[in-house]
Amino acid sequence: MIDEEKKTRRLALVASKGTLDMAYPPLIMATTAAAMGWEAGIFFTFYGLSILNKDKIDHLKVAPLGNPAAPPPLAAVPMGVPNFLGGLPGMTGIATAMMKSWMRKAKMPSIRELLEMCVEGDVQLFACATTMGVMGIKQEQLIDGAKCAGATTFLSYAADADVSLFI
Amino acid sequence: MQHPVHVLDCRQEVCPGPVIKVSRALKMVAVNQVVEVYATDPGAVSDMEALAKQTGQEIIRVQEEADGVRILIRRLR
Repeated sequence: MIDEEKKTRRLALVASKGTLDMAYPPLIMATTAAAMGWEAGIFFTFYGLSILNKDKIDHLKVAPLGNPAAPPPLAAVPMGVPNFLGGLPGMTGIATAMMKSWMRKAKMPSIRELLEMCVEGDVQLFACATTMGVMGIKQEQLIDGAKCAGATTFLSYAADADVSLFI
Repeated sequence: MQHPVHVLDCRQEVCPGPVIKVSRALKMVAVNQVVEVYATDPGAVSDMEALAKQTGQEIIRVQEEADGVRILIRRLR
């Protein structure tokens, strides 16, 4: 049972990737932590910042190229399709549509819905200041609730964390 | 046994859905009241046990049923 003396647990995550498949893990971890009564914070850096970008949230993609774990694009195509075919025009769109359809069938919330759950659960959404500078992203391009922060802010937050993961 | 005051059907839902719904429900019921959840997620029992451990609640029953698992959780604090 819970130790009454123990302070509230804290989860600190770095979300560094902006593909549809890699947007899920940090948001699932953070919303689950919040559900357990933990504090949770995510530092969105480099391409991971796309997850907070209002115009990109609903358009994150997953590419089959370079991902040998990706299933063949069409059920009719036998296994053993060379991976480079994933580079053909339209393949990324097909893979993305496939993943979205799996998520819908599994009743998995969308990325936008998970972000709303994060905000509801008081998950800190740190937008990497360096990435914003390097990529020329403005605060108004990010969702409400995103806080511009540098590595120092995040490391100070993570220093008091019980669990820290880089995703 | 005390009757559950809040029943949640989380069948066909995957992580993190059931845990988040149960966590919300536990905040809504009074201390000592029971939340009943039906789930098919293969991780549901282990996740509910972890949720109970982390938040100081009590799992009072885990029952395998034909169409999933039934879990009763009592709010202790």
